[in-house]
Amino acid sequence: MSHAEDHEGTRRDFLYYVAGGAGVVTAGAAVWPLINQMNPSADVQALSSIRTDVSGVEPGTQLTVKWLGKPVFIRHRTGAEIAEAQKQDEEAVGDLPDPLARNFNLNADAPATDANRVMPSPEGEAPGAWIVQMGVCTHLGCVPLGDAGDFGGWFCPCHGSHYDLAGRIRKGPAPENLPVPPAEWVDSTTIKLG
Amino acid sequence: MSGIPHDHYEPKTGGEKWLNSRLPIVGLIYDTIMIPTPKNLNWWWIWGIVLAFCLALQIVTGIVLVMHYTPHVDLAFASVEHIMRNVNGGYMLRYLHQNGASLFFVAVYIHIFRGLYYGSYKAPREITWIIGMLIYLMMMGTAFMGYVLPWGQMSFWGATVITGLFGAIPFVGEAIQTWLLGGPAVDNATLNRFFSLHYLLPFVIAALVIVHIWAFHTTGNNNPTGVEVRRGSKAEAEKDTLPFWPYFVIKDLFALAVILVVFWAIVGFMPNYLGHPDNYIEANPLVTPAHIVPEWYFLPFYAILRAFTGEVWVVQFASFITGGIIDAKFFGVLAMFGAILAMALAPWLDTSNVRSGQYRPMFKWWFYLLIIDFFALMWLGAMPAEEPYATFSLIASAYWFAYFFVILPVLGVIEKPLPQPETIEDDFNAHYGKADAEATPAE
Amino acid sequence: MFKKLAIGAAFALALSPAASFAAGAEGHIEDFDFSFEGPFGTWDQNQLQRGLQIYTEVCAACHGLQYVPLRDLEALGYSEEQVIVYAADNFEVFDPELDDFRPAIPTDHFPANTAVGAPDLSLMAKARAGFHGPYGLGINQLVKGMGGAEYIASLLDGYTGKEKEEAGTILYENTAFPGGWISMGPPLSDEQVEFADGHSNSVEHMSEDVAAFLMWAAEPKMMDRKNAGFVGVIFLSVLSVLLYLVNKRIWAPHKGKARKD
Repeated sequence: MSHAEDHEGTRRDFLYYVAGGAGVVTAGAAVWPLINQMNPSADVQALSSIRTDVSGVEPGTQLTVKWLGKPVFIRHRTGAEIAEAQKQDEEAVGDLPDPLARNFNLNADAPATDANRVMPSPEGEAPGAWIVQMGVCTHLGCVPLGDAGDFGGWFCPCHGSHYDLAGRIRKGPAPENLPVPPAEWVDSTTIKLG
Repeated sequence: MSGIPHDHYEPKTGGEKWLNSRLPIVGLIYDTIMIPTPKNLNWWWIWGIVLAFCLALQIVTGIVLVMHYTPHVDLAFASVEHIMRNVNGGYMLRYLHQNGASLFFVAVYIHIFRGLYYGSYKAPREITWIIGMLIYLMMMGTAFMGYVLPWGQMSFWGATVITGLFGAIPFVGEAIQTWLLGGPAVDNATLNRFFSLHYLLPFVIAALVIVHIWAFHTTGNNNPTGVEVRRGSKAEAEKDTLPFWPYFVIKDLFALAVILVVFWAIVGFMPNYLGHPDNYIEANPLVTPAHIVPEWYFLPFYAILRAFTGEVWVVQFASFITGGIIDAKFFGVLAMFGAILAMALAPWLDTSNVRSGQYRPMFKWWFYLLIIDFFALMWLGAMPAEEPYATFSLIASAYWFAYFFVILPVLGVIEKPLPQPETIEDDFNAHYGKADAEATPAE
Repeated sequence: MFKKLAIGAAFALALSPAASFAAGAEGHIEDFDFSFEGPFGTWDQNQLQRGLQIYTEVCAACHGLQYVPLRDLEALGYSEEQVIVYAADNFEVFDPELDDFRPAIPTDHFPANTAVGAPDLSLMAKARAGFHGPYGLGINQLVKGMGGAEYIASLLDGYTGKEKEEAGTILYENTAFPGGWISMGPPLSDEQVEFADGHSNSVEHMSEDVAAFLMWAAEPKMMDRKNAGFVGVIFLSVLSVLLYLVNKRIWAPHKGKARKD
């Protein structure tokens, strides 16, 4: 472009490359904050982990909380429900549309048994008393209804997906079991999500 | 586009020809950035690039700030704090935008005074000058409305005071003021329309900037000597000029980088230096801050506005002959806009046929006095409206008008100019010596 | 050439803030030596923690910090768990979903004001400028900061002990308050707050500590900002030098050896 480049040796070119490189770095450094400002802000990020008091959730009821902008079902199962869920477990093995547990707290290849879907119970409660899962149908993202459907678990009214008591898809168009989010007990009455 | 003869873009390959016969955009860009530029331009000619940078900076940071800002009286102040505390890098974006406005005005004032000194407004560049003045007016409007958006105390009371100026217009003033505000006082309707216009006007400015550039690319740049580029032939023109790229682009970028070092230091280490602390208090229509002071870039004209009180004989005279229609308040408003209009009329008020102030021995001193006057007005604009500041303001305002309406016309008649160089080439060689190898034209 | 650029830069710097000219009956602002002042200043974390303690035990009775999220306290060196406990122990917030008050959690903000006439303190350290010098140019803010923290500390430490009654309100004489008489009674007294680190709890030291905390509350990103300032200034300086060399080189063939400047 400039005749200055036409003659003389590489020292001159070197200066141009360094200056050009510095210019490119400047442009890049200027662009990054413009992109990064669209990432979740600190107040949104702070909501990525919430603590929920479940002391008021009686057996046989379900608490729906909002986490990451989506509903999370926290169900306290009765003894009868636990027994029924274990029965469903036996009949369904090998016959599940989605054989994986979809439990964030376990390995990705864990099988979809009831034990792999429920939360570890706090001291003094029967195993399988608590199940926590995302309340988002894996088909097209509707919120399933509780205590409904052919398997007594959840039923998505949008396109008729039936989930069993362990939140596994059993019938209908949904491809996967309801995902189990990262969840742990902080104390015997508080669950931490995320 | 340019009147100066130079090489034009010639499409060579088939693809280039295909595009060029349909959309000659490459040729347009080529002609724009390869424009022959007087090679003797000094360092006062860098501010145009700084201004272009400022416009881009303000538009880009502004657009991203809007992603997090809420124009509502209940939420605006909190949303700005949200930007400052929660948004990734938001505090930098906001401080850049805030201080970017100040850099913008520093640059535009130097750019304007450079034009006034070197006679850049004179024929045939009147249109460039007028467009520039329009850009300046738009900038003031944009800055004023932008300052309202954080909804602090100064935002609110500044908006109240400035829109009050329109209330001074006889007969229709109050109706205009109500129309501007969308109600009897500054409120949510005002905030919303100011937000909308603050977003719109920069794009109008950008369009005007294109026209501004178009205009001076037609007439060619002025230069420190005010002597025109020789246009008899391409060879002749090339003795006076060098192409904009790379010679002036690199020079301007160097200057921009130096200016940005200072700018960045202010943003990083003292970002509230040019701001007003009261704007960190949320707007309260029931409590007026002790001192309402506009942003520094409005101060000179604010001083002129306040200078003309009812005790000044000019004001009394104007009031008398108009039967009271022009009262002191309206006179002040007229004076303020008149001060800007005076600048815009400079091409027709200056009677000298010498362009550059370098060769005008008397003009020079009056011009330096104008700069001192400008700073004096800026200082006075921030002072309380009491003696002795009121008298000083009146004197300084009077000089501003005298410069444009008396001194510029008279000087052209009585002044004996110094000899000017024959050509730009002569001036350049006198400064830098004759080049060892005669300059070869750019490819 | 550089002379002219320097003039331009000086022009830019000479444009002083409007506020600095504002005259009036301003109080006396003591120039405290805070650790966060100047381009190299950093927070004194222990001081901020003491300041939080004073705010919580004294100021919070009347003054809110409504723009400051409680989660930001982790920046003062507290763990997530400590912030959870601090929030729950000290503040209740109204939850529109519950339609009731509940203990605060880290994602909440400090509560807003509880007393009539007591201003919110979230931005107080930026809403008062203590320094305007030299000659009203305000450039000493570069090394001293805006002076908002100084104003707060001077005010808290500026009570003379005199009182007067005016229109049914008791006013207290204060050397830092504009006008000299303030309606807030002296909030601090010696040994009022007990610090875990055994730091001095005289009124003067407590004033400084709480002022530092309020500076942090007003500008929590100050250190990030200064870092960005440093990186930017250094990088742009390098870029300037490179562009200067490039510029000199491309112009060289067009300029004679006998340059005048």
